Amino acid sequence: MELVIAIFIGLLFACGVYLILRRSIVKVILGIFVLSNATNLIIFLAGGIRSEQIPFIAEGEQTLDPALINDPVAQVLVLKAIVIGLGIAAYILALKYRYFQVTGTHDLDLLKNTDQR
Amino acid sequence: MGNILSVLIALVFVMGIGVPLLYPVFKKKLGWLLSSIPLLIFIVLIAELIRLPGREAAILESSWSMFEGLDFSFRLDGLSLIFGLLISGIGFLVLLYASYYMSKYDRQGHFFTYLMLFMGAMTGLVFSDNLIALFIFWELTSVASFFLIGFDHHQEKSRQASLQALLITAFGGLSLLFAVILTGHIAGTYRISELLEQSIHLGNHPHYYLILNMVLIAAFTKSAQFPVHFWLPGAMQAPTPVSAYLHSATMVNAGVFLLLRLYPLLGGTILWKYALILTGGITMFLGAFFSMGQRDFKRILAFTTISALGTMVLLIGIDTGSSLKAALVFFIVHGLYKGGLFMIAGIVDKSTGTRDIYQLSGLYKSMPYTTAAAFLAIISMAGLPPMLGFIGKELIYEAKLQLPEISWIVLPLGVGANIMMVAVSITVFVELFLPSKKHMAQTLIKYKEKELPYSFLLGPIVLAILGLALGLAPHILENAIANGLFFMRSHTTDAKLSLWHGFNDVLLLSIFTILCGVLVFVIRKPVTKFISRIISLLDRYHLPTLFANMINYYLYLAAKNTRRIQHGYHRFYLITFFLVAIGLIALQLVRINTVELLPSSFSPIKTHVVLLLFVSSLSVIFAVVAKTRLSAILAMGLLGYGIGMLYLFYGAVDLAITQFLVETIIMVIFVMVIYYLPKFAVMSSKLSRIRDAIISLVVGAFVTLVIIESELIKPESPISSFYVENAYIEAKGRNIINTILIDFRALDTLGEMVVITMAAAGVFSLFRFQIKRLKQKEGADKSDGSSDIIS
Repeated sequence: MELVIAIFIGLLFACGVYLILRRSIVKVILGIFVLSNATNLIIFLAGGIRSEQIPFIAEGEQTLDPALINDPVAQVLVLKAIVIGLGIAAYILALKYRYFQVTGTHDLDLLKNTDQR
Repeated sequence: MGNILSVLIALVFVMGIGVPLLYPVFKKKLGWLLSSIPLLIFIVLIAELIRLPGREAAILESSWSMFEGLDFSFRLDGLSLIFGLLISGIGFLVLLYASYYMSKYDRQGHFFTYLMLFMGAMTGLVFSDNLIALFIFWELTSVASFFLIGFDHHQEKSRQASLQALLITAFGGLSLLFAVILTGHIAGTYRISELLEQSIHLGNHPHYYLILNMVLIAAFTKSAQFPVHFWLPGAMQAPTPVSAYLHSATMVNAGVFLLLRLYPLLGGTILWKYALILTGGITMFLGAFFSMGQRDFKRILAFTTISALGTMVLLIGIDTGSSLKAALVFFIVHGLYKGGLFMIAGIVDKSTGTRDIYQLSGLYKSMPYTTAAAFLAIISMAGLPPMLGFIGKELIYEAKLQLPEISWIVLPLGVGANIMMVAVSITVFVELFLPSKKHMAQTLIKYKEKELPYSFLLGPIVLAILGLALGLAPHILENAIANGLFFMRSHTTDAKLSLWHGFNDVLLLSIFTILCGVLVFVIRKPVTKFISRIISLLDRYHLPTLFANMINYYLYLAAKNTRRIQHGYHRFYLITFFLVAIGLIALQLVRINTVELLPSSFSPIKTHVVLLLFVSSLSVIFAVVAKTRLSAILAMGLLGYGIGMLYLFYGAVDLAITQFLVETIIMVIFVMVIYYLPKFAVMSSKLSRIRDAIISLVVGAFVTLVIIESELIKPESPISSFYVENAYIEAKGRNIINTILIDFRALDTLGEMVVITMAAAGVFSLFRFQIKRLKQKEGADKSDGSSDIIS
């Protein structure tokens, strides 16, 4: 199964890289979303996918055998990455919106100058 | 004596920096005021000269430390005394001279600031007892001379000349820094007095040649030795007082000073001798030779300075007691006559408006005092008795005759240079001051000598009289020279100076030189023609132009490479980045060479997960090829939910919830913004799309390989078991993920919240700016009815 997911991540990376190499800034933003999702998956995969059990301690129990569940730290990291990804996404979209209003273009090749024309 | 040297040097700098404050108060009298400082230094040094012991220790000054190992301590010995006397004495005269010469210029305040800084740096340089401080003053002279040479900065020639001087001398300064640090490191001290007292010689150290080469580069660039001599004729773009000062006592003589100062540490080896003799000899001859082909008085003088500097370097290289003595005497000789002659050039320029010696004639009628001073200075330059120049030249011949093994090359060069020197001296004097039959019209005199102020004429007259007086009574200098020689370990050399050496082969050589010089003067027309011919032939190798071209080409290359690397195309930066990353990963994968595609530890394949991944894959591919924005965003959303489902299948409930929420919010924002965003358009060519597709597929493949490879690396005991075991016991929570987030790693979560807050603030400010702009635009629309293209 790891192999299949790895190939899936590879596909996501390929699509993401292809998208951020576009000249249109909308596509570049889409590419960033794809890449961030793919990266989250890598971390998730690193935590292991051996078990399907939810990392909850059952009612009445004091503790849980760590071997029964996937690594929770990896899940915590991915969770934070998703939330921060939201922040980045919102900011990029707002920036993009402003940028298009100011420059009137979405072609990155025309955006080579720091000076206003 | 206390700290008088430190105080005096500090005073020069303080006054220099204070000029902007003083100038509005004193106006034209500022030069007079400032000249009192070098006069003060000069008087102090004269007092020291009188009590200077012949062959004993230097007078040491206490010091003040700035940093560890850098103390601005100053010392006085015969060598620095001789240099200091000339610097302060000529500095005094130059300031007086400049106060009239510069009176028509704008920015006089700037000029005096630069000149005082230059003087202070030069004084500090010669009295410095610390190698690091010496380097600092050395660089300060370069910087100050940059401002002085480029003083007429509205002229391109001026700017170019000053830039060349700066680049060349500062380059030398850097190599001096290397040499100084190496020396200090090897010897364990930066104190020059300690180095001299310990009798350290670096000749046997493995780094000796490195140090020597660095020092030679520094000295040769500063002292305008061949082949970097060309900055000096260019430097005559400076106002004439600066040229007078720069050529006679400061700047170019700093290189000579450095060689003399470091002679006890580095001198005397074969490389030292031959490098100095060869460079000095060539410079000496070429300088004198080319001086004959010039028309501009200042330019002639500049070339004779090059020749004189070559002579000094050559003398230091000959490396006998009497050659060092000759170098010291010749430094004094040269300072006296060259300072005077440059000032005379300035006077002639001021009163006639030209410096072309072939346009002027018969100036003796209108300026008798100047003519007298020029006469004395010029016979000193030609090396005729009874001037000090004669003694200097006799000593030089004596020194050159001492080396039988190389005198066959040194002597002809030296005699040749002196012949040209005699010839050029006579030519200058005759053309300028004596009446000529060729010129029917008398040269136009703008200012008669009588109208010129006393201070303007004082400099050349005083210097000429000094040259004469010292020639008649040279024993005044003996003490200082003996002391200077003592510090160069020439303990036994006789420091006696006298005008009459007796009838010997040196005198014969002198007579021969003078006769030949007169002969060259008589046939000067063909000679100057010949030299001008050579100069025009060498025009292709005009060194200043070549140097300027080199600098320009360097800048051009830098600009070209910058344009190539910093091209501004976002995607090509990314492509570069990806290709390099792939290359490095490939290198590492080849190196470990254990890629195992199907390890047995992998978990079994589940059909429903595979189906989910298949759908997600289809959606992401659709997002890539989608023609409209909305469909692409929907496909992206599908992908996000698919990944959330994947989290759910493997028990990560919290992840799945977060993913669903975030994906929904992003979709909503996207749809909100999409109305304002441009439509999808195919911008890149088919070829570049294929190229990008190949690159991205390769990147994807490598990512997959890396993931599989890293799957095999599992830490022995993951840190997570601690959290799992203590989630309920310590944090009283049953959801392990939640306890980690808000109990065990609460600070991380706080940081995350800060990030989100900042992003929100960013979004808010971006939109708020927008609202303001819209309101402004409405106002503008109302006023003129036109619409703003931008908003």
